[in-house]
Amino acid sequence: MSIEIIAYILGGLTIGSALMVILSTHPMRSILYLVVTFFMISANYVLMNAQFLAIVNIIVYAGAIMVLFLFVLMMLNLSKDAEPKTSIPMIAAAVIAGGSLLVVFVAALRDSGGKQLVAPGVSADTVNNIGLVKNLGHELFTTYLLPFEITSVLFMSAIVGAVLLAKREKQIID
Amino acid sequence: MVLATIFESVSPQYYLVLSSILFVIGVVGVLIRKNAIIVLMCIELMLNAVNLLLVSFSTFFGQSDGQLFVFFIMVVAAAEATVGLSILVLIYRNTRSVDIGLFNKLKD
Repeated sequence: MSIEIIAYILGGLTIGSALMVILSTHPMRSILYLVVTFFMISANYVLMNAQFLAIVNIIVYAGAIMVLFLFVLMMLNLSKDAEPKTSIPMIAAAVIAGGSLLVVFVAALRDSGGKQLVAPGVSADTVNNIGLVKNLGHELFTTYLLPFEITSVLFMSAIVGAVLLAKREKQIID
Repeated sequence: MVLATIFESVSPQYYLVLSSILFVIGVVGVLIRKNAIIVLMCIELMLNAVNLLLVSFSTFFGQSDGQLFVFFIMVVAAAEATVGLSILVLIYRNTRSVDIGLFNKLKD
């Protein structure tokens, strides 16, 4: 019973902070609310026995990606009145489109997964341990070894691409 | 030992609806904001909504594949944010603005 209440409160906080990301006018506040959202999502992971992902989510998203965003925002040094405005009809259209999308999602996915469908031969111990480093690491280095290695190629190309793009040279768009 | 604690009291539909709402908030954010940094952040929010759903079904079905997919999605998100932000810095250097409307120039 109490875990149910915790789950609902966490869900409400997640949605609230996510809404603040798109509603706050100052970009800096948006970024900080996004960090809060990531912490809430990590709390949801902990509730779902995914402890490793909860930590990695905080380290990678809140720690690395959002710091990158903060750095870029501070480097660009935008003032509040430089913030581009969106017209009211555009906002209304976007909200209507988003609402329709939500209705479609919920209607399409509502009936999926009615009862617990743990695969046969999986014991309760395994289910409780799937989120731990030992189990995930074993899976990662056996079943998903090839994608894991390709990941490093992706990172390499991302680094090279970022350095190439951000290098100060004569690059005129006009 | 309890079997997947959270799903004894909360149905998986709850997480379905929660991550759908988060995804839609991301979509609406991409549509209504014109600051390119915020648009990139809303894309991160959408990726996280999908991650949440993957983790919840991974726990619900008792299989670890979903959580490994989340791991790979995080990797792709980090690479995407790096390249996206460096393109953004490049555009800011040329136009002195991060208005997403300026990307219209790519048309001609």
